[in-house]
Amino acid sequence: MQQHKKRLVVIGNGMAGARTVEEILARDGAENYQITMFGDEPYGNYNRILLSNVLNGSQDASEIFINPMEWYRENCINLHAGVRAVHINREECIVTGSDGTVEEYDRLIIATGSSPFVPPIQNMYTEEGCLRHGAFVFRTLDDCTRIAGHAVKCTRAVVIGGGLLGLEAARGLLNYGAQVTVVHNMPHIMNAQLDSEGAGVLQQTLERMGISFRLNAVTSRILGEDAVTGLEFDDASKIPCEMVVISAGIRPNTQLAKEAGLVVERGIVVDDSMRSVNDDAVYVVGECAQHRGQVYGLVAPIWDQAVTLADHITGKNLFAAYTGSKTAVKLKVMGVDLASMGVTHPAENDEVVVYSQPKKGIYKKLIIRDNQLAGAILLGDSSRAASLIQLFDRGTQLPEEREQMLFNIGSSANGASIQSTMLEMEDDTQVCNCSGVNKGTLRKCALSGIKTVKGVMEATRAGMGCGSCRPLVKEIVEWACEGQMDEDPSVHYYVPGVPLSKTDLVMNVKNMGLKSVSSVFNALANGIEDPGSKPGLASLLKTIWGGEYEDERDARFINDRVHANIQNNGTFSVVPRIYGGVTSPQQLHKIAEVAEKYDVPMVKITGGQRIDLLGIKKEDLPKVWKDLGMPSGHAYAKTFRTCKTCVGTDFCRYGLGDSTALGIKIEERFQGLESPAKLKLATAGCPRNCSEAMVKDVGAVAIEGGRWEIYVGGAAGAHVRKGDLLCTLNSHDEVLQMMGRFMQYYRENAKYLERTYGFVERIGIEKIRSVVVFNSEGTAERLDAAMQASVDAYKDPWLEAVEPHTPNQFAVSLPAGGIL
Amino acid sequence: MITHHNKMMYIASIEAIPSGEGRVFMVDETPIAVFHGRSGRVYATQANCPHKEGPLADGIVGGSVLICPLHGWKFNLESGEGPDCRITTYPVTVDSDGRILLEIAR
Ligand code: SRM
Ligand SMILES: Cc1cc2nc3c(=O)[nH]c(=O)nc-3n(C[C@H](O)[C@H](O)[C@H](O)COP(=O)(O)OP(=O)(O)OC[C@H]3O[C@@H](n4cnc5c(N)ncnc54)[C@H](O)[C@@H]3O)c2cc1C
Ligand code: SF4
Ligand code: FES
Repeated sequence: MQQHKKRLVVIGNGMAGARTVEEILARDGAENYQITMFGDEPYGNYNRILLSNVLNGSQDASEIFINPMEWYRENCINLHAGVRAVHINREECIVTGSDGTVEEYDRLIIATGSSPFVPPIQNMYTEEGCLRHGAFVFRTLDDCTRIAGHAVKCTRAVVIGGGLLGLEAARGLLNYGAQVTVVHNMPHIMNAQLDSEGAGVLQQTLERMGISFRLNAVTSRILGEDAVTGLEFDDASKIPCEMVVISAGIRPNTQLAKEAGLVVERGIVVDDSMRSVNDDAVYVVGECAQHRGQVYGLVAPIWDQAVTLADHITGKNLFAAYTGSKTAVKLKVMGVDLASMGVTHPAENDEVVVYSQPKKGIYKKLIIRDNQLAGAILLGDSSRAASLIQLFDRGTQLPEEREQMLFNIGSSANGASIQSTMLEMEDDTQVCNCSGVNKGTLRKCALSGIKTVKGVMEATRAGMGCGSCRPLVKEIVEWACEGQMDEDPSVHYYVPGVPLSKTDLVMNVKNMGLKSVSSVFNALANGIEDPGSKPGLASLLKTIWGGEYEDERDARFINDRVHANIQNNGTFSVVPRIYGGVTSPQQLHKIAEVAEKYDVPMVKITGGQRIDLLGIKKEDLPKVWKDLGMPSGHAYAKTFRTCKTCVGTDFCRYGLGDSTALGIKIEERFQGLESPAKLKLATAGCPRNCSEAMVKDVGAVAIEGGRWEIYVGGAAGAHVRKGDLLCTLNSHDEVLQMMGRFMQYYRENAKYLERTYGFVERIGIEKIRSVVVFNSEGTAERLDAAMQASVDAYKDPWLEAVEPHTPNQFAVSLPAGGIL
Repeated sequence: MITHHNKMMYIASIEAIPSGEGRVFMVDETPIAVFHGRSGRVYATQANCPHKEGPLADGIVGGSVLICPLHGWKFNLESGEGPDCRITTYPVTVDSDGRILLEIAR
């Protein structure tokens, strides 16, 4: 067997090399490859980024191993630990190790990482070419052990380099009781990730912790012969110290590759499948790779590279392509919250949002280009970091309320959201007010390995009620797994049980002529029927096929099977339609009679301007409807619900437009219309807005001059949002047409259960306006026609009172037949 | 699965329950939820949800999974397994005449 396998040799057993091997194993790569690794360090693979924690004492070295030695044995990987690869012979496909080992390969992966850059400073090295006693670099576990061993004996330490790593090292050294000075050759620290204001605020914070700084300082000489005694600068000034840690940048380890004749610029040049551009048998990953001109010094891009490499080398996906990464950094210094991403300085025409409170160590800056995040600095409070990194990474269109991106305000109706940082939020703070789930439970769940928001929500039931805490749950999960979330592909699906986006699903449904929910599962989900996906599919198919839709009642939620809203004790509520909230004495008599006849436990005026008969037994539903003789108000369904109105010109002294008549027309036209989520509309006779039209899914507000303003995407439920002004129109007919067109666009493009407040924000009002009002895609006529077809297909569901649709549709319970 | 040592109770014709739905039957004073899966399989469980008494027969069925209509708890209709809890399930079959038969202990 063994002989049939191809031989894969990996040079470098660091974060990239080992992760890539893990990805290969996850794709059953061991079936085709016998894997051999060379690792210069005499250990298994450890998490290099946690060395900062080992140095500052918050973690023990033993805690940071990702792949201990047993892992290699268990996975039949032949690891040459402590052996450096010294030569690659590409002609014969042989790698030679420093101990004379020779390994042949069919495929080679180079993952040699980088080495610390030591600037040219006199007297740095001893005659033997070693760093002078007391001078250190900071890259490996051994470096870390050496630094710690020396620091305990020092009173004064200097770190050369005020970048991310240098500052982490400096903070670590403080814990050994030394006085620490950071020497930096630029006007401000972390110049790659911060602007001068931000760097100033950070410097003050670090100075308060006890770190001193020397900026614009170029070190020219190490003082001392047997050991370091100080530093001299190019202006001849000196400072005394017993140790110096050099953290002046890194250089990719490319020597081996260069000698082997691979194309090397700053790093080893690779294509999008992470293969050397001049040798198909050689892959390169990690800090030593140069991809599309970029060399990365962070782990996030490496994880993506490893996935592509593994997909490609195992043949799982020969088209896998890595296209580059946008990087964000976080400073891991206890007591300092800092995240930075993208550009640090605005270009012409960029929008800049800055909030600065230097005394508290707070500095926040956003650079916005074409309404996307081009860069951000969050210092002193990085509670929004996870969501900003996501906006940045995905190039999402930003919300108009810029302050929402910097502060936790108005993100939910939840008291917990006022907490300024995730760290400050107590574990026992209740996050989900529906299911009573606190922050600690969410954090623990995420740490237990469930690293998707959906997974945590299902396991804890947080966010499964009204949903208003979902953004906060998401932030906590992101925070708990430090941004390293597992990709949950189902978030891109229309429903979780059919692995297709809405666009792809609609296309397949149309092309394959799938007219029933069961046919969709059979054709597109391997016949696996996911109960949670059924109502979403039913709604979509009804919207696509209208009258041709094959209605399978089991796909509906109980409310839509019995056309009423289920209540806590299994009874139902009945809300008849009262167009525009305008009723009559006859109607009221009828309702009163029915309420008496069926002993209705509660009769209530709803927030939707109509009357609710609550607590009706299932079996009474058809009788109640028949007796009422009124159509359904659809208070139970994901459909058009109501159009609230105000009295308007008929009676009100301020009325500018006939809002009541308009509201009735709207309700008559759109009643019962299926949609991805509820649609609640309103019309107001003047901008006093008594019917709350500006916070409805769609609202019309009369203004002076006989005109109507149309608002979309408003909300005043679990989420509060003022609607966006879509356009201003001249007549009731225009209003009906435009509302219909917007709603059709929403029906076709929204995700299941996505209310207009989410939809409008996601798509952007400008885009919606251009399509719906200015017909930029030439679709206006089609949208109008599709809406008209749906309106024409409307049938009052309460007519099923006369002819039930399924056997025992309204039975509460049935007698069993009897003993055989 | 059905052993013939116990009593067989005739519940109803399979047609009494639309495909993919559930109905409640009173078996000697005890309400039992019976489900008619789209695959043709039938399942029988206790009628009310252990969470807050939701009427399980009004839930949504997919494969052998049931979702309670009130707060969405999920149960396996075969094993009764739910979130940190279990519902009682009863052995049940459909015979060649389309009769739903429930086995009850003697
Ligand atoms: C009856 C009523 C309360 C009342 O007594 O006034 C009501 C009752 C319920 N609302 Fe509501 N809502 C009622 C007006 C509202 C309003 C105000 C309005 O419609 O103008 C809102 C805010 C506007 C909005 O929809 O955003 C409202 C926002 C909600 C929400 C939050 C939706 C959101 O995404 O923000 C839910 C939960 C949901 O949909 O998932 C909800 C869900 C519910 C449900 C259906 C809960 C459920 O799934 O069982 C309640 C049913 C109670 C029952 O046993 O029948 N109800 N609910 C109101 C019926 C209005 C009507 O005549 O149709
Ligand atoms: C203290 C510290 C803190 C950091 N913090 C962060 C952070 O917070 N976030 C972040 O994203 N990144 C951080 N980084 C950077 C991150 O660790 C690197 O980007 C990552 O380790 C690079 O992975 P790599 O496999 O390419 O290189 P490495 O992890 O360096 O692995 C390369 C391995 O190859 C071995 N090797 C080299 N040449 C040979 C050879 N010829 N033969 C055999 N073996 C060889 C080396 O010994 C090494 O073990 C930090 C780095 C350090 C040092
Ligand atoms: S009626 Fe609305 S606000 Fe009141 S309890 Fe029910 S869902 Fe909550
Ligand atoms: S009653 Fe069944 S989930 Fe709450």
